[in-house]
Amino acid sequence: MSAEPQQLLAPDGTLHGDLPLPLGEISRLYRAMVVARVFDGKCSAMQRQGRLATYAPYEGQEAAQIGAASALEASDWLVASYRDAAAMALRGYPWSNLILGRTGDERGGHAPEGVRVLPPSITVGGHMIHAVGIAWAERLKGTDAVALTMFGDGATSEGDFHEAMNFAAVFATPTVFFCQNNGWAISLPTSRQTAAETIADKAVGYGMTGLVVDGNDVLAVHEAVRRAVSTARAGEGPTLIEALTYRIGPHTTTDDPGRYRDPAEVESWRERDPLRRVRRFLETQGAWDEDAQAAAEHDAGLEAEAAVAAAEMVAALDGDEIFSAMYAVPTIHLEEQRARLRRDGR
Amino acid sequence: MADLTVARALTDALDIALADPAVVLLGEDVGATGGVFRVSDGLREAHGPDRVIDTPVAESGIVGAAFGMAVAGMRPIAEIQFMGFSYPALDQVINHVGRVRNRSRHRFTAPLVIRIPYGAGIGAAEHHSESAEAIYTHIPGLKVVVPSTPHDAKGLLLAAVADDDPVIFLEPIRLYRAVRAEVPEGPFTVPIGAARLVVGGEDVTVVAYGAMVREAEAAAAELAASGTSVEVIDLRSLVPWDVEAVVESVRRTGRAVIVHEAPRTTGFGAEIVATIQEHALYSLRAPIERVTGWDTVVPLRRAEHHYVPTRAAIAAAVVRAMEG
Repeated sequence: MSAEPQQLLAPDGTLHGDLPLPLGEISRLYRAMVVARVFDGKCSAMQRQGRLATYAPYEGQEAAQIGAASALEASDWLVASYRDAAAMALRGYPWSNLILGRTGDERGGHAPEGVRVLPPSITVGGHMIHAVGIAWAERLKGTDAVALTMFGDGATSEGDFHEAMNFAAVFATPTVFFCQNNGWAISLPTSRQTAAETIADKAVGYGMTGLVVDGNDVLAVHEAVRRAVSTARAGEGPTLIEALTYRIGPHTTTDDPGRYRDPAEVESWRERDPLRRVRRFLETQGAWDEDAQAAAEHDAGLEAEAAVAAAEMVAALDGDEIFSAMYAVPTIHLEEQRARLRRDGR
Repeated sequence: MADLTVARALTDALDIALADPAVVLLGEDVGATGGVFRVSDGLREAHGPDRVIDTPVAESGIVGAAFGMAVAGMRPIAEIQFMGFSYPALDQVINHVGRVRNRSRHRFTAPLVIRIPYGAGIGAAEHHSESAEAIYTHIPGLKVVVPSTPHDAKGLLLAAVADDDPVIFLEPIRLYRAVRAEVPEGPFTVPIGAARLVVGGEDVTVVAYGAMVREAEAAAAELAASGTSVEVIDLRSLVPWDVEAVVESVRRTGRAVIVHEAPRTTGFGAEIVATIQEHALYSLRAPIERVTGWDTVVPLRRAEHHYVPTRAAIAAAVVRAMEG
């Protein structure tokens, strides 16, 4: 049943079909992709310097994340995972929070009021159902807000994927399931996660619409998600979108992809770089040039430096504070333990 | 006042809670049939199928969806049919429900209630008689409550719904229809974390919760006839639990017997014993006794009586403590 992945921008930057967004908006998305790539590189470098805990790079997945996140409204929710910083940032989750979290600080998970983005899920797959519950609550409250959840190909092997898809379809919750099939779940290829031809095919079993999109094409992703969001908002139920993309880097800074995959495969995906095709397209439209690129990279660098500085300025939680966010008000037991730590230390 | 069973007191509490549009009840068979124990009888008719929601058979999905609703500002009440069926949802409970407040530093919270019928004593099918409260009390970020009377069932459930943190609400299966009592009409709450003095006494403190409270009370009545004055404390809340009430009592009596039907090893009783010795070691006149289930699977109907602590076993433990 699978069709060719939906595509608007070919890898060489040729546009097929109608322009889904004004050029200015496409430039904005491209600039966000540049920023995301600069941050990703910065975070990998910081991890090597021992300034971040384990880091999960998303290089190669910028189009998928920015394309999807850009199709949401401010009142919509994003429930994403640890590799989705580019999407979270676009929804207003500050880069300084994202970096703070990766330095090993719970306060990175505190999004500003009004930013409807949950802290990234670290366990695989358990968060998809949260986007079902959130969307369901919004409908019960009578709003038209939608929840989009992002997850990888590996997460679709979890039983929680099934329960989330099934609940969403049965109750027609305004949820969008956005799978970034990046080819690898740590060391295992997608073929070891599913025998289905595509992950999108799984939607059929739930009575849901499923579709495959070129995940390295920011315009196609944006368009596919925009439609799914609009369907959800109209009360017509959830959609599963499989964005075909590739994890250029390791799963996290702790593993060596050379042990499990062919470098030639990585190179072939570099040829399909998600940034390059947008840039080419914008250049052919006269909407981008070398100067714009240099300025975007320069600004992104400054933004990254500022976010890192803001994150690294935050003093570590003191002993008292580790007890202070377990409950609205600490229990007498926690108060007793807090006093013990204060008195005796560790 | 109304004369209610525990089950009807819970229905009453749910009905009151559902008056708030932020509250929904969701679970397997909670709507059309009113739940396997009929606790939600009539509520779907009263509040509509969008608020009393029959879900697919998926415990992790029920709790995970309820979590999402709670994060989005609602106060969902999830029902799991039996404690033995609650384990598929443990990932949600441990990794998300109990953690979101801390991992978002108060930005997102999960004020949901998970109702779980639990405990043995009615000869139910396999997996239908567990007392796994210690699994839940060991998970940071949760509150765990266990009513033993119609009054407390209603008051604690309304307190759980009003609480800004997630509450595991354990309903002793064998008490659903075993007792009737006067319960105030309309809304009221019983504070989470406060024990209840069941009977005052001077010689021995018996600490129990859930279905074991009635057994302890019966044992105390029997022993009173033979001249032993037994104080019975119903914990009502396990997290947080009322250390002060228990320690104050043991300081007076100098003897303690802890009762639960859950397995003995790392049961909640061990926590109580450890805490008593921290605070009242020099008041103790005898080793603390534990009357518990065994470290076995709960036997099926024909052999269940070998497992569940009885009033006779509690009385015997009190006698040992008195001799200690």
